[in-house]
Amino acid sequence: MKEINYDKDVFGLSDQQDEGGDKWVFKDLFRSKQKYVTIRQREVPDSSLHEPSKKEVPDGLWVKCDQCNQMIYHKDLVKNIKVCPKCQFHFRIGAWERINYLVDPGSFQELFATVTSDDPLKFPAYQEKLAKSKKATELEEGVVTGVGNIGGVSLALGVMDFGFIGGSMGSAIGEKLVRLFEYAAEHGLSVVTFSASGGARMYEGILSLMQMATTCQALNCLAEQALLYISVLTDPTTGGVFASFASQGDIVVAEPGALIGFAGARVIKQTTRQTLPAGFQKSEFLLEHGMIDLIINRKELRNTLARLLRYHQRRKRVINQ
Amino acid sequence: MSNVSNYNLDFEKPLKELEKRIEEIRLFAEEKQIDMSEEIRRMEEKARSLKLEIFKNLTPWQKVQIARHPKRPTFLEYIELIFHGFIELHGDRLYRDDPALVGGLAYLEDIPVTIIGQQKGRDTKENIFRNFGMPHPEGYRKAIRLMKQAEKFGRPVITFVDVAGAFPGKEAEERGQGEAVAKAIMEMAGLKTPIIVVITGEGGSGGALAVGVGDRVLMLENAYYSVITPEGCASILWKDASKAEQAAEVLRLTAEDLVELQVVDEIIPEPLGGAHTAYEEMAANIKGSLLKNLYPLINDDLNTVLSRRYQKFRQLGRYLEE
Repeated sequence: MKEINYDKDVFGLSDQQDEGGDKWVFKDLFRSKQKYVTIRQREVPDSSLHEPSKKEVPDGLWVKCDQCNQMIYHKDLVKNIKVCPKCQFHFRIGAWERINYLVDPGSFQELFATVTSDDPLKFPAYQEKLAKSKKATELEEGVVTGVGNIGGVSLALGVMDFGFIGGSMGSAIGEKLVRLFEYAAEHGLSVVTFSASGGARMYEGILSLMQMATTCQALNCLAEQALLYISVLTDPTTGGVFASFASQGDIVVAEPGALIGFAGARVIKQTTRQTLPAGFQKSEFLLEHGMIDLIINRKELRNTLARLLRYHQRRKRVINQ
Repeated sequence: MSNVSNYNLDFEKPLKELEKRIEEIRLFAEEKQIDMSEEIRRMEEKARSLKLEIFKNLTPWQKVQIARHPKRPTFLEYIELIFHGFIELHGDRLYRDDPALVGGLAYLEDIPVTIIGQQKGRDTKENIFRNFGMPHPEGYRKAIRLMKQAEKFGRPVITFVDVAGAFPGKEAEERGQGEAVAKAIMEMAGLKTPIIVVITGEGGSGGALAVGVGDRVLMLENAYYSVITPEGCASILWKDASKAEQAAEVLRLTAEDLVELQVVDEIIPEPLGGAHTAYEEMAANIKGSLLKNLYPLINDDLNTVLSRRYQKFRQLGRYLEE
């Protein structure tokens, strides 16, 4: 048989990397040091202050839509939360940009910001990758975790950023998410995560794989308290992130047109020589196959999340043991 | 996946050649009626020390090759040699029975257990039937069903991991492979009965972890367990899948590495030359290790077992904190 080399995509490991992410001026303000809960409060600025990210939206006043080729005035695109006004194509957006449009102004407090990646296996090129990603995204790690309100309902929020080594999940992302889930369980909060990831972070070897187990088992803590977990899948959510916490929401939502799956399409074609249908592994494909609950346009997302959260507000129900 | 009969371990070549020469001399001596027993004895001595030298100093890549050996014992062979009274239970009750994952009831000595494992084929025909031991979503869902059944009846679960990786196929994606793997991980993490995991051959990423969460994780001496195959890693790192040997070094995928990283609790020694050279000895080693690990678990308080399992996986990350 032909030599199979599918793992690269099967487990979503990819070295592709967006040079995205937005400039953040207040980045290191309000940093506090605590043993377990580290809270960093940020003001939520007007999103129009954001510089355009480099690859997603090229420099200049006009941006070409990846899907319909429409030329869009950059300010209009930002105002439209990076959704093409003509064809509704959803551009990828950074973690802070998403938080800013999503949460009630001034309500977000970052937690666990001091947890960052180590290089436990002394893996070739990992340090360079990390340094490059930190610089490009102005993030310390590929997920931002914290608490805030959406439509007046408080919740725990974890938002991944694909710009940070392809949103790949290593120990630090795993730890931040697990702390978030445990924090929510302790404080009776609903949880919403936004995933954007190529999968497990190869550079941390087996320890990355283990983050699939740690995040999944921490979700059990929420379930025990009958707390709501909503997983929002954004472009792309693949490999070990889809095959762990991201697919296990009580309610699983996706943005339109997002690539979502476990094994990569190219590798499926290489290995099985199957022809894949148009729209394979897109949000709409998953909805059709019963794998997700809802597809929500980014512009409606805030509203829909608020409604879903309100449905589950009678939290801390008394559970008979 | 190479042809079974052509599968040679290159590092074994000097040994194989020496063994062949001994055989030739023996035949020659017999034919010519000459006494060459002294010569043969000396060469056999040399072969023994050569074997010892080769197998006590295996590189990670050599171990990967042993773990993938087509004659390496599979789950069904282990079942026969380790357990008794096996009754296979089929199907996920949702779609179909997945032959790539076998499960059922068996006795380990006098303890009734639920056993679950990936099943590779032992020849090309069986490999096609069993999809080279790579389960579809229904395989993982069968595993979940059998684990929940074990929980209900208070049976410990023992899983045998041997999978190249999750299956890259259209149908597997359509039927929610990612969700099935995640669900299996979650269920194992919270399963209210003891679980022992034995990594017997290939521990291929998500496909392995889907049946790999347990109170004790045991691993055969020459098995490997990794987030990605060495070939996959090499093609990402160096754009060259043929550099798998180097990739195997950096991934830290051997049993020794994994004990150091606390992912694995115990190494089960293999017969000199690898598990495929002596099935009974290999099975006896696994059985001994299973019994030793299972007795304390079934006598422990279940809540203690569960919180210990949570902590075991909870502390597996390595990160920095200011």
